[in-house]
Amino acid sequence: MTVLFDGVASGMLLFLISVGLSVTLGLMNFVNLAHGAFAMLGGYVCVLLLSRLSVPFLVTLPIVVVVCAGVGVVLERTLYRRLYGASHLDQVLFSIGLVFMSVSTAFYFFGAQQQPLQLPDYLRGQLPIPGVDIGVYRLFLIVLGLAIAAGLQWMLTRTRFGAELRAAVDNRRAARGLGINVDRVFSLAFALGSALAGLGGALGVETLGLDPEFAVKYIVYFLIVVAVGGSGNILGSLYASLIIGVTDVVGKYYLPQVGAFFIYAVMVVTLVFRPQGLFGRGAAK
Amino acid sequence: MTAHSATAQARSAHGVDLRPFQRDSRWQPAEFAFWLLPVVAWFAFPENLPFLTQIAITGLFALSLDLILGYAGIVSLGHAAFFGLGAYAAGILARNGMGDPLLGLAAAALLAAAAGFVTSFLVLRGADLTRLMVTLGVSLMLYEAANKLTAFTGGVDGLQDIEIKPLLGLFTFDIYGHTGYIYCVVVLFALFWIARHLVHSPFGLELRGIRLNAMRMPALGAPVNRRLVAVYTIGAAYAGVAGALLTQTTAFVSIDVLSFPRSAELLLILVLGGTGSLYGALLGTIVFMVAHHLLADINPQYWQFWLGLLLVLVVLFAREGIMGGLRRLATAFRARKSAETSQ
Amino acid sequence: MQLNKTLAIAALALGATAPSFAADPVKIGLVLPMSGPFAAYGKQIEHGVKLYLATHGDTFGGRKVELIVKDDSPGTSGDVSKRLAQELVVKDKVDILAGFGLTPSALAVAPVSAEAKIPMVVMNAATSIITTKSPYLVRTSHTLPQDTAPIATWAAKNNIKKVYTLVSDFGPGHDAETQFKKTFTAAGGEIVGEVRVPVKNPDFAPYLQKIKDTKPEAVFLFMPPGAETIAFMKGFADRGLAAAGIRIIATGDLTDEDVLDATGDPALGVYTSFHYSEVHKSPENKTYTDAYAKAYPKDRPNFMSVAGYDGMQLIAEVLKKTGGSTDAEKFIAAAKGMSWVSPRGKITIDPETRDIVQTVYIRKVEKVGGKLQNVEFDQIPDVKDPGKQ
Repeated sequence: MTVLFDGVASGMLLFLISVGLSVTLGLMNFVNLAHGAFAMLGGYVCVLLLSRLSVPFLVTLPIVVVVCAGVGVVLERTLYRRLYGASHLDQVLFSIGLVFMSVSTAFYFFGAQQQPLQLPDYLRGQLPIPGVDIGVYRLFLIVLGLAIAAGLQWMLTRTRFGAELRAAVDNRRAARGLGINVDRVFSLAFALGSALAGLGGALGVETLGLDPEFAVKYIVYFLIVVAVGGSGNILGSLYASLIIGVTDVVGKYYLPQVGAFFIYAVMVVTLVFRPQGLFGRGAAK
Repeated sequence: MTAHSATAQARSAHGVDLRPFQRDSRWQPAEFAFWLLPVVAWFAFPENLPFLTQIAITGLFALSLDLILGYAGIVSLGHAAFFGLGAYAAGILARNGMGDPLLGLAAAALLAAAAGFVTSFLVLRGADLTRLMVTLGVSLMLYEAANKLTAFTGGVDGLQDIEIKPLLGLFTFDIYGHTGYIYCVVVLFALFWIARHLVHSPFGLELRGIRLNAMRMPALGAPVNRRLVAVYTIGAAYAGVAGALLTQTTAFVSIDVLSFPRSAELLLILVLGGTGSLYGALLGTIVFMVAHHLLADINPQYWQFWLGLLLVLVVLFAREGIMGGLRRLATAFRARKSAETSQ
Repeated sequence: MQLNKTLAIAALALGATAPSFAADPVKIGLVLPMSGPFAAYGKQIEHGVKLYLATHGDTFGGRKVELIVKDDSPGTSGDVSKRLAQELVVKDKVDILAGFGLTPSALAVAPVSAEAKIPMVVMNAATSIITTKSPYLVRTSHTLPQDTAPIATWAAKNNIKKVYTLVSDFGPGHDAETQFKKTFTAAGGEIVGEVRVPVKNPDFAPYLQKIKDTKPEAVFLFMPPGAETIAFMKGFADRGLAAAGIRIIATGDLTDEDVLDATGDPALGVYTSFHYSEVHKSPENKTYTDAYAKAYPKDRPNFMSVAGYDGMQLIAEVLKKTGGSTDAEKFIAAAKGMSWVSPRGKITIDPETRDIVQTVYIRKVEKVGGKLQNVEFDQIPDVKDPGKQ
């Protein structure tokens, strides 16, 4: 039971870090491999606030969201916007260039070592439920993840902004014709994706650590989630993350010799039988 | 421009004008100039031969990716799998007494081609992202396997005690890299020549058709899947040869040959140079590696920043990489020239 | 023809026999991971190297020292390291090769040292076989078996009978596991479980849970210092394993000064065996740590910086003995058997293996003056590398 809980928590963290990429890739069709850099930014902002300014952990989170959203908007307006029409490969080249720059910048300002992060006491330890070991922080991650998934899904399907975004993605010209300010919608969506990345990064520091290589280390993981879940599908990302998290953790508990194979095998098998991901739309390019 | 008499025969049985294709497949003067570069480099940079050898090897590796990506449109983030297989094949053979370089190349090509053939079925379907992740997944699994089979591969510590016999029994691989350089450049040129021939052949044209519109090709009688499998296998074989060259010139195999960063860096190099032209792969390699080398010498700690900046600038100002930029320059130049002459 | 080989040998012979004393600077080529995932290693080693030059002057045996640093990022690609070493030898004409943050880097470059007859000083890579790959290779860092065996012996002697081993699934991890099992079971202990975790492992939950369910008396750990060690330690405390009385024993990599602060309180009470601690009580260490704190106030001195420092001391002492000659045979002859007191304690270069012989200490993590430190309370002097025996 505990192992299952841990798997769900693991999947939830994966979801939190990856969902932003699902937004930018799936909804805006932009291959933004610098997603990890935004996550790293979120992590560093959180650590800075926590250790240098003694801001309580929970208060750092909304600040991280705002900062990352802000940076996202600025970069989108100045740089990303020029590449919406570019080929996916050019987008890859561009975003990796950004990643290199961000890794070096983080290295310059913070050094190569791991950043210390002390969670507040009420988020540490375990809940005294007999028979199952429920880590408090993991529970927090699960709750937060579910809330965000629900919030995002609601926003996409029930709000005007969500409708405008989906329209702009399906047919940009028609959307413009309807009076939708596509530029503004995309800016906001990108800001959202960056904010989510930053939040995920900040939440992940506790388990994943934080150093300048963060931006690069986890690219593979979020790509896996987005590929398996089907890009652009929030719930798809959630289910994919959970499946991956649970398979990984349960696999490592019962068959540790197989280790990291599980995640990759799951991904390859899924994609071979369902190339668009488990919940993706048709053969999208 | 009256070459009518010679090329007047350049019409197929169905009366299609084949001249543009023949023109394409003839060697341009710029190409001859390009292939003088390795020769010039030998004399201009005699103390940098190990580095230049690396450029040749990576150039071949990039070429192999261009075949599958630039011509057939298969986006791969796991091409290092074949590179690594070739490297280990050559390394393991050499470790067990069979260190003849050409034998190593042949073995590497065969092993990599076999692996390419077997995994090609995984990349037949799916969009860009799917193929990216499937190829990545395969290479990551290979990496894990190499890590586990430490007795075989040396694991993270690397495969050592590799003894490479002299090339053709005469030329030993020395610390200056003389033999290694000439060997790698010759292999690169030979394989490039074959690749060039291939992409200008009907097979190559079919590949380009597949990349542009795979759904239409069967209507033209082109068996899409078979062509994809074929080019993927060839691309894998080329990558395997590049890997073997690396092993033979460095007498070492790191597990990194199978790693994700190696595949990712290769993709960067190819996109930087421009896909679909073969020369883009080579130019991209030269620019990327020289930039990296110079920047790292100037600043061993923060060179990555400047390299990243270079990539960003290239994308912002030169879409489709260096070859794209060059093509635009050439068109602009020709336009200006014809504007001048028509006055 | 054999022309290439003849030319090469002639050039090297000319270079080797030309008197390289007097005003010629002694060029030391440092091959280190200065960027990428192991940048922290390169940084610390470089700190130690530069600190030695700053505190002892940069003239060795009458010759000025010239450092050339090359970044072999990522550090695990032997082919990159080898190419850089070749450049250093052929183009920059270095007299000595040094550095080497990781094993593949050292293993790939050793043949260059052997072929070109250039002395090579390994300042970090810790696999036993490295010293056998070139007759001109000396090591001033440590070997993994050297640091692993003592904690195994100590554990067996201190009432720890059942141990669960957890190591990173790669070469050094396998070596540590093998050495620990060998020494521990020979001393009468029992291994109740073992696991190898992937080197990049974002989540330790399943492994920690398994350990909790197995209920050993202690867990033996080996992981390269970094994000994983911190995550493991935090998880260990969080999940209640510490509270359940399970102890952690490990090599000092786990409580490396570089990661100790980021690990935080979960590191308290961990027992390790290692060859250097920042709070090692000796006048040499006091001088060293004071100088380090002044030069690099944002970092803490650790075993890698000491190895860099000692490596430079070795070169300085050898050049003093040879009168400035960096001829490989003379260099090694002078280095063999050399012994001095380094900031870590007494160290000797084993004349038979050219590897380092040093004291290994048993330490416990405690808070000293508000900072987490590895406090030494026992020691085993003159430990040779058990990996070669």
